[in-house]
Amino acid sequence: MEAGADSKQAVIRVRDLVKDFGGRRILNGISLDVYEGETLVVMGGSGCGKSTFLRHLIGSISPDSGEVWMFGKNLASAPEGEMDEIRKKFGMLFQSAALFDSLTVGENIALPLREHAKLDENIVQIIVKMKLELVGLRGFENLMPSQLSGGMKKRVGLARAISMDPKIVFYDEPTAGLDPIMTAVIDKLVVDLTKKLSMTSVVVTHDMASVFRIADRIVMFHQGNMVEMGTPEEIRNSKNPLVRQFIAGEAEGPVSFFQQGDDYLEHLTAGIR
Amino acid sequence: MLLESIGRVSLSFWNQTKETLFLLAQTLYWIFCGPFRKKPVSRKNLFAQTVFGGIHSLPIVFFVDFFIGMVLAMQAAYQLEKWGATIYVASLVGVSVTREIGPVLTSLVIAGRVGAAITAELATMKVTEQVEALETMGLNPVRTLVVPRFLALLVMLPCLVLLGDLIGMLGGYVIGTVNLGLPSGLYVDTTIQFLEKKDILTGLLKSAVFSVIITMTACREGLSTQGGAEGVGRSTTRSVVISFILIILADAILTGVFYFAKT
Repeated sequence: MEAGADSKQAVIRVRDLVKDFGGRRILNGISLDVYEGETLVVMGGSGCGKSTFLRHLIGSISPDSGEVWMFGKNLASAPEGEMDEIRKKFGMLFQSAALFDSLTVGENIALPLREHAKLDENIVQIIVKMKLELVGLRGFENLMPSQLSGGMKKRVGLARAISMDPKIVFYDEPTAGLDPIMTAVIDKLVVDLTKKLSMTSVVVTHDMASVFRIADRIVMFHQGNMVEMGTPEEIRNSKNPLVRQFIAGEAEGPVSFFQQGDDYLEHLTAGIR
Repeated sequence: MLLESIGRVSLSFWNQTKETLFLLAQTLYWIFCGPFRKKPVSRKNLFAQTVFGGIHSLPIVFFVDFFIGMVLAMQAAYQLEKWGATIYVASLVGVSVTREIGPVLTSLVIAGRVGAAITAELATMKVTEQVEALETMGLNPVRTLVVPRFLALLVMLPCLVLLGDLIGMLGGYVIGTVNLGLPSGLYVDTTIQFLEKKDILTGLLKSAVFSVIITMTACREGLSTQGGAEGVGRSTTRSVVISFILIILADAILTGVFYFAKT
């Protein structure tokens, strides 16, 4: 852990998180802290458990063993009312943006506000406009999600995630499926919002370009284990072959393209007797 | 092998029944306790579901019930002619439409139209992370998605059945007066004379039970969907098939109960 970390306050604490799905271990004893005001990037290959990890942080999956603490509350044992209070303090940008198709852009952003904050309708409208301005989509409030491009949907999803002025924002692959320019736009938004609104961000991604653009701290997952954690500089200079292969994006290395367990010849001739 | 598959099927049936009852319990909780926790049902949603499930279902319900009424009248006339008792076509159509054909057929039509739409919509929301997004925003999916649909159909299905009954009897009346040459006034009088309030109430009670079956099956199937577009299709099919089976089963049981309770 880097120096000076003790002085910062941990808003999320994860301890010995273990999760199995259908007999396969997805998370194998993850422990880490997320500090106030930082951008933590969780990177790793597909199926390394990083999305499952994020789902534990937002409380939509319960761990098999281990604990997730957010704002000093254990998510697994928090009663429904307390969980609602916690949910008001974080927002999430989903991979597919997850906008509600039946609502307009404005209504999507206003939904959490109308639900949780008893605000005057005029104020709700002002907040919606402000959030859209923040993500660079002024005047889009009356469009339907189906009329938007992928990058615009992501930005509306982001506007909705921050509509309640949360303390933490979670991003699930914010740049997946976007062109390089839109990727840079989203990355800039993530950085800006973290700095401007002094939010804590947890970003799950495997897009190496964005990782180094946005991260204050990086953690790398591999097959349900945490293999490396550190500042971007430390990760870039890491000696760990897994990390090196991932950063360089090489096909050959300790992470094998062949994930099958059995012998190839045996597999080919399995039906022949 | 056979025992094994019987065991597996009954186990999954039991699990689904448990899930459905749990969903029903949650739904009732949000209906009765939600308002006291300052989390009532959204009126806008409820209204939209009522219009979709009720008003927009009127044409298909009228169509089906009108022609079934006509068919019933023709079938009855074919038999009753032999006894020279064609006038009893009126009472036969009236009683069987209100007690049996109206509620069951209307509910089957609604299961196909509204139940399938509910499952497809909720399933799509599930596979595109929208349900998870709701949860993350602290909006309970049962409260925001299930309760409005449940209430809307609970009110609208009996209304549709009542109107369908009328249209079914109108179908019988058309055959009776135009084809069988029965006097109009006599046909109406005979229908009313044999129609008991209990018949109509029985039909309405049945349709209320059927509406619970339709929404609960549709919502459970929708919210438990996994696996993209294929999963949505599978859930929608299952929702309609299971609703059909449960409606017919519940109808048999309820008819039995009312029949034996009478004597």
